[in-house]
Amino acid sequence: MDFGNVFLNPEIIATYMPQMVRAVWVTIWISVLVVISGLALGAFLAGLRAYQKRWLAWPIVLFADLMRALPPLVLMLILFFGLPSLGVILSDWFVLYLVLTLVLAAFVEEIFWATLTSLPRGQWEAGAATGLSFNQVLVNVIFPQAVRTNIPQLVNRSLTISKMTAYGSVIGVKEIVSVAGSAQAFSGSATPLTMAAIAYLIIFFPAMLLSRYVENRFHYDH
Amino acid sequence: MSASQPLPTLEITALEKRFGETQVLRSIDLKVANGELVFVIGPSGSGKSTMLRCCNRLEEPTSGAIHVNGKPMLGITRRDLDRMRLQVGMVFQGFFLYPHLSVLKNVTLAQRKALKRPAAEADARALEMLDKVGLKHKANAMPGELSGGQQQRVAIARALALDPKVMLFDEPTSALDPELVGSVLKVMRDLREGGMTMIVVSHEMQFAREAADRVVFMDGGVIVEQGIPDEIFGNPKSERLRAFLSRVSGEAA
Ligand SMILES: Nc1ncnc2c1ncn2[C@@H]1O[C@H](COP(=O)(O)OP(=O)(O)OP(=O)(O)O)[C@@H](O)[C@H]1O
Ligand SMILES: [Mg+2]
Repeated sequence: MDFGNVFLNPEIIATYMPQMVRAVWVTIWISVLVVISGLALGAFLAGLRAYQKRWLAWPIVLFADLMRALPPLVLMLILFFGLPSLGVILSDWFVLYLVLTLVLAAFVEEIFWATLTSLPRGQWEAGAATGLSFNQVLVNVIFPQAVRTNIPQLVNRSLTISKMTAYGSVIGVKEIVSVAGSAQAFSGSATPLTMAAIAYLIIFFPAMLLSRYVENRFHYDH
Repeated sequence: MSASQPLPTLEITALEKRFGETQVLRSIDLKVANGELVFVIGPSGSGKSTMLRCCNRLEEPTSGAIHVNGKPMLGITRRDLDRMRLQVGMVFQGFFLYPHLSVLKNVTLAQRKALKRPAAEADARALEMLDKVGLKHKANAMPGELSGGQQQRVAIARALALDPKVMLFDEPTSALDPELVGSVLKVMRDLREGGMTMIVVSHEMQFAREAADRVVFMDGGVIVEQGIPDEIFGNPKSERLRAFLSRVSGEAA
């Protein structure tokens, strides 16, 4: 058997292409949803924490630490296999979406929080001195700066969390790894796995280029 | 006295400020009349910044009262405080322009969000103020592209655009290279000529002699002595002021 036939068998490719294309879409839309809601939730939590109310800060810190400490896979298994015994049944894609969103939000909250506290106090004061409310300063002065300084980190976290959609294979989400895995088992060929790798490259290479563009675009001199 | 006496634009009454155990301000009384420029001098740590920052409550006074045009700054809701702060412009030693916004947007932000001015009106007002500080041509620049002196002038325009009743300057030129100080002082002199009420904390004694109506000397959290510049610089009464003046003139020499 030659290399090409093992890893890039044309017949196998043709057979599994339609399934693979669907899986690519599943991976993409779950990733996009996760990134959008994770960034928004993380930013929102950091904003809440900025109010410096202990009863708000405590749960947020606890949430962020838990979500960053626990492996996402463990959370997914608990939600998907544990909750049904309590009568709560969540669909596979929703469990994947929910867990990844919460994990991303936890990291994003910490990233934003670090910046909110490290920006010069004068930025808050300049805003307040011109009659802006706390919310207005947060939204118009502080957050835009926090976003810009953190774009590289936010982009990295987003790419990393998107690749974690592969965990969906464990709970039956028909994303790339899951489809490739069953195709490999069914056909006995490694070609579907190669297809999976290529699919990831096709998705994440443009994402990487886009992220470089965004990083340059929003870079500004202090 | 009589009701015919005009209301002070800014009135500080029995102001006290403690940080924990340390008493930083003790029973400060100061009235600033409309159009008056009060210049504040004093050694480092004497409470000059704290006094200014109490005026717009960036620092919370421990007790006492602050009135702007007869309206209280203390004991009001946060919303009313935001509204009162519009009347008290502040210029910081460190400028604190918003680095992510263009010069024009720096000057329009609070006009739009706090004063709720329509965009076109805010832009027009911003350009007018930028023109006043000689930086209309930099409206589309980012703060990072400006010199310190230019940044400080934008910060002044940002405060002026809100039509404040009084302007507070906390060492506005201390962070500047010497060759850039003049441009900022010129703007302040123009402001004074235009009738703006101002409190200026600064070490620019020459400016104080030329432009101040009154000089206030603070030491150890109290106002030790005050008077017209000629009196304060030419005929200081207290030992502490004499010592301070000889120290700063010694540094300048
Ligand atoms: N947030 C704070 N917490 C504790 N102490 C403070 C705080 N801010 C100021 N102080 C103290 O209050 C005193 C007065 O400070 P302030 O900054 O008002 O002095 P200043 O006259 O402006 O001095 P400088 O000329 O150095 O600017 C100082 O002893 C300072 O250490
Ligand atoms: Mg000071």
